[in-house]
Amino acid sequence: MELDTTTLLNDSAIATRLEEAIGWARESSLWPMVFGTACCAIEFMSVAASKYDISRFGAEVVRFSPRQADLLIVAGTITYKQAPILKQIYEQMSEPKWVVSMGACACSGGFYDNYSTMQGIDNIIPVDVYVGGCPPRPEALIDALLSLQNDLRINKYNPDRHKDFRGLLDNV
Amino acid sequence: MCENIIVPAEELHTLIDTKYKEGFTYLLDITAVDYTVYPVVQEELFALIYVLRHESFLYHIVLKTYLKELKIETITDIFKGANWLEREVYDQYGIHFKNHPNLRRVLNHKEFVGHPLLKAYPITKGQLLHEVDDLIDEMNNRLLSRNVVCKLESGSFSECNKDLMFLNLGPSHPASHGTIRTYVALDGETIECAVSEIGYLHRGFEKSCENHTYNQIVPYTDRLNYCSAISNNIAFVKTVEEMLGITISERAQAIRVMLLELSRIEDHAVCLAAILVDMGGLTNYWYMYNPREDIYELLSKLTGARLTNSYMRVGGMTNDLYDGFDGDLKEVIKKIQYGVEQTLSLIKHNRIFHDRTQNVGMITAENALNYSLTGPNLRASGIAYDMRKDTPYYGYEKYQFDVVVGSVGDVYDRIMVRFGEIEESIKIIEQVMGNLPQGEINIKDFSIVLPKKEAVYTTIEGAMNQFKLIFEGVKVPLGEHYSSLEATNGELGFYIVSDGSGTPYKVKVKAPSFTAMSAYAQMIEGSQLADAILTLGSLNIIAGEMDR
Repeated sequence: MELDTTTLLNDSAIATRLEEAIGWARESSLWPMVFGTACCAIEFMSVAASKYDISRFGAEVVRFSPRQADLLIVAGTITYKQAPILKQIYEQMSEPKWVVSMGACACSGGFYDNYSTMQGIDNIIPVDVYVGGCPPRPEALIDALLSLQNDLRINKYNPDRHKDFRGLLDNV
Repeated sequence: MCENIIVPAEELHTLIDTKYKEGFTYLLDITAVDYTVYPVVQEELFALIYVLRHESFLYHIVLKTYLKELKIETITDIFKGANWLEREVYDQYGIHFKNHPNLRRVLNHKEFVGHPLLKAYPITKGQLLHEVDDLIDEMNNRLLSRNVVCKLESGSFSECNKDLMFLNLGPSHPASHGTIRTYVALDGETIECAVSEIGYLHRGFEKSCENHTYNQIVPYTDRLNYCSAISNNIAFVKTVEEMLGITISERAQAIRVMLLELSRIEDHAVCLAAILVDMGGLTNYWYMYNPREDIYELLSKLTGARLTNSYMRVGGMTNDLYDGFDGDLKEVIKKIQYGVEQTLSLIKHNRIFHDRTQNVGMITAENALNYSLTGPNLRASGIAYDMRKDTPYYGYEKYQFDVVVGSVGDVYDRIMVRFGEIEESIKIIEQVMGNLPQGEINIKDFSIVLPKKEAVYTTIEGAMNQFKLIFEGVKVPLGEHYSSLEATNGELGFYIVSDGSGTPYKVKVKAPSFTAMSAYAQMIEGSQLADAILTLGSLNIIAGEMDR
């Protein structure tokens, strides 16, 4: 067999654009940090267990240190008391990072319309994907993950998407 | 059996002391009632409620004291478990407890102004917290009580007379379920002092009850102990049914017993799966969690929801068992037994497991009682208190089962008691299903239970009954009542005050996890940091129930 450069490249290299290659790598290696506080965290346990198995989508490396994660899954009710902690965790994560708001409470306060419950985490931190349900079924969280991955593949990563975000706890 | 005593405020401490000596050594709950908008004029605008249980566990008493001024003597010198309960009353109602060692907020945050359970406080008035409590003064008091003197400089400790490292364990920590914070002072790996902070999941359940009808509250109760939702449903509707003076049908009672036991298995499975992961035994997670997934399948087929079932209604339940439920249940039980068997084969004779759990995180029987621990945590310390045996309800006296008790109250005992209880629950379920009574599941009273849909669409009575029940709710007679049952984590009680309308005037939950957590800081002092994680896991603290 002739060992010229063209043959070698045909077998072992593909031509692409850099951002597509990075997007492909990102979408398949999301490392979630589960900020689980309530019932939704129990449903996340199901997502991680063998029946639904989040590792099929390359997102099973759950980290409890925000420094090591790039996907924040807020699973459960966020109260006013919890809010500064959520904000701190979010800020400790380095870019690129994404936020999934799992369940009715995280999205809007759910049916806890009262003095202690934050009416949606988007009052505090920017959110990329909302998952409804109280709690959402495991399939719904997987769907959120897939839609995020799809977004990363097609629209690429836009670091400026939340640049105008101002939360209740941000100093304006 | 229960006795209600009204006592003047100044005599309360003496009376509780006397009652303690008479054998009422177990404090169940302390709460307050704000009567400012109550339709019947009471002696004073505020009252305190104390619920005590006798050491025989056969009956309880409810002490009520009307307050002229919002002050009363603390009872923390008699019951250690009163510490957090009194803090909660102070936090929610602003009632001051004289001589309380640490009277500060427990559920609401430190920047909160006002007391949310006062009738004058608007339900939806939220208040932002900007900075988390540093717990420095609480820790300082704790250090001083152990003869450690530190200098306080710009909000942190320095120059202690002992070489200490200060560390926050949680609230964002995998073993603390995101909602429990423990601030520890470490001497090497050993915990010298610890203080806990809770309330991160305080989502205002009790206040929300005050603008919902009784049946609308059922979904809220799901989310108290969300690992075993149905048992909360049952505890709540049982209290309301007792206030209404109704007895549900035998079939409904049997179904409730069966579901209570299935919930117990479900909850223990997740507790055991999690604690074994905390210990490093990941394989057990799949063995214990997968049967739980099968229980979800069964429950969603029965109730429509996996986790938060909302299956119970005042007077019965939403629907009867489906055809073929029995067979499905048998399959699920086989899978549970397989999971338990496999897990036990991995840990029962495992040296690492024994070394990590035996004589770790111990609590003596006397302390467990004084801290008002309940359920498996209390039984692990050797006290055979189980409401299913001591004050049977729904025909529990008919079923053959054993109460599983531990000996020394360590992590090992708490784990093994739960494994034992899974087995006993399976026995009960088999007895119930082997002899399930036929008949209706709901009582026949359309002022309480919704009519069938056909009747609503075709008859005027049906339509009216439906309309009145949905809009006004079940009218519960004026009065106050405490009732409880043996839920997964122990005695789960509800204290309900009714003003005669379809909406409760006040609801208070006697939450097993709340008192268990109040004992935690003392349990881990002197032990290793890694043991503190296992101790927390073995207490099975469920934040929804603890913080409400």
